[in-house]
Amino acid sequence: MAVVARPIPTPPPALVIRQTHADVTRDVVATLDPPSTGYLMLLAGAVALFLAGLITFLILVKDGLGHAGYNPPIFWAVYITTFVFWIGIGHAGTLISAILFLFRSPWRTAVYRSTEAMTVFAVMTAALFPIIHIGRQWVFYWLLPYPNQRWLWPNFKSPLLWDVFAISTYFTVSATFLVVGLIPDVAAVRDKVTGWRRSVYLLTSAGWQGTDNQWRHYSRAYLYLAALATPLVLSVHSVVSWDFAASIVPGWHGTIFAPYFVAGAIYSGLGMVLTLIIPLRRALRIEHMITDYHFDNLAKLTLLTGSILLYAYGMEYFVSWYSGNTFEQTTFYRRAFGSMWWAGWTMIICNACVSQLLWFRKIRTNLTALFVISIFINLGMWFERYVIIVSSLSNDYIPWAWSNMNPTWADWGILIGSFGWFSMWFLLFAKSFPIVAIQEIKEMIPMPRKRGGGGHH
Amino acid sequence: MASVKRTRRAPGVLGSFVHIDAAVDAIRALRARGHRNLVVYSAAPNHEIEEALDQSVSPVRLFTLIGGLTGCAAGFGMTIWMSLDWPTLVGGKTIASIPPYVVIAFELTILLGALSTVAAMALFSVLQGKRGLAYDPLYSDDRIGIFVPGGADQVGPVEQLLRSAGAVEVRHETA
Repeated sequence: MAVVARPIPTPPPALVIRQTHADVTRDVVATLDPPSTGYLMLLAGAVALFLAGLITFLILVKDGLGHAGYNPPIFWAVYITTFVFWIGIGHAGTLISAILFLFRSPWRTAVYRSTEAMTVFAVMTAALFPIIHIGRQWVFYWLLPYPNQRWLWPNFKSPLLWDVFAISTYFTVSATFLVVGLIPDVAAVRDKVTGWRRSVYLLTSAGWQGTDNQWRHYSRAYLYLAALATPLVLSVHSVVSWDFAASIVPGWHGTIFAPYFVAGAIYSGLGMVLTLIIPLRRALRIEHMITDYHFDNLAKLTLLTGSILLYAYGMEYFVSWYSGNTFEQTTFYRRAFGSMWWAGWTMIICNACVSQLLWFRKIRTNLTALFVISIFINLGMWFERYVIIVSSLSNDYIPWAWSNMNPTWADWGILIGSFGWFSMWFLLFAKSFPIVAIQEIKEMIPMPRKRGGGGHH
Repeated sequence: MASVKRTRRAPGVLGSFVHIDAAVDAIRALRARGHRNLVVYSAAPNHEIEEALDQSVSPVRLFTLIGGLTGCAAGFGMTIWMSLDWPTLVGGKTIASIPPYVVIAFELTILLGALSTVAAMALFSVLQGKRGLAYDPLYSDDRIGIFVPGGADQVGPVEQLLRSAGAVEVRHETA
């Protein structure tokens, strides 16, 4: 029986790439040329931020979490906010690389590699935060079910333990998906470069030759990995949301949390995709591969998820009013008009309002406007998590314990360190591996025919 | 996966094509003459080549299923056994409460399903990969390669067939 593993639909006119297969290889391999001064300065900046975070972390290890501004009843604050923020960032990558792959959406091809890399590095960044936050980092392995002297096992009924499994799985599967997708492209680079670079790519291409047998197994495996990653990405942020929703803290205890968090995660991830790709395409001179059409589609997805968030924000306020629950009502009143009103309105304006500008095609295809909007999205989504976590904890059921959170140098140090860590890995990746999927771009370009006529894709 | 560099080469004829229809014609003609163990190189998967080769479905999917089911069983098995091994009452729930354990079982289903898929892909590429095959770096760029294994007696007819189908280059590989 003949098997057609992955028929690619006919791309829309806007996606027709007027290049040959050889052009694609040449252009993508050119992105791996020795770095410019600008790139090195960006990398140095990222490393400097990471070192600032590392020094802060070492001080926290030495002295304890007291530096981090925790006071009763607020024991989750900037670190958990930033943890949820980075986990969310990863979601757009998997949406584009796996979910749009299953939907046979051809525009994902040019952008999915960079978004998939973003996912892996964002989850790597997020995974640091539970370890930073537990205070006693040297016993982090207590979270894992390992045989110990007292045969004591972790509490599997706790959402925090679900999170350990969800994030470990998400990181492993995302990294696997990225590496598998890279193999044919690394082989293409291997066949173009010389010297020590060839030796490195020879090793990392795992002996790939593009034989019919390799493609047969590869195509099938990639399809199943995408199918497995799809429910995973939807589950991960649902599990993160249950860290909150399974408690009885006012403002957290809602059934809307899982879809609300997933939509927010994808929205924040799309914001970061735009922030990264808009300068990247110019720096790597791949404007002809990542075009206005791609940005238009990314912006439409951003608009969709932003509108879901707008609905969710409205629904949160409605449910708290409709519930008749005084604690819920007070919590949401305080989010809009209490001491954290500025954070609450930053979240609503940056996420729910700014995204509505994307109804206009002129804005969706104006890269300067999109870049500015993406910065607002990043800011707004960080504040969303900050508002959800801190405003609810600061006004618990016991009024005499009510408090406010004032982030300290230790909070900001770790926060900027996380951006440095993420940027450092992303920049290193962009100069070491093909940031555009060579093989998938080639699938969209019809091969030449002796008998003339178009391609047969 | 077969290494790019091999000291012992498989004997045969290697034809390079620029045109997809020419390569497909050559594959069909070779198969019609009884050459079933062809190796076709391409820079991207192509369903015309797949159809001409009449490939069967990759067995990778079976390993995905086995890995996923193993992960699911391991998730429920681990959580239930560990709860019963150290029975602690949490939140008034039963000691081995199934609903919260669904999350762990789901995650392990995905994890083992994905890892076994990749392991199977690597395994089949190694086990079924033919060693010492002739290769040209242009195959990862814009050419299609067809390698026809065989002894010296087959070189002439195969070379003629490849050239008449439209091969831009034909090489004779000796052991």
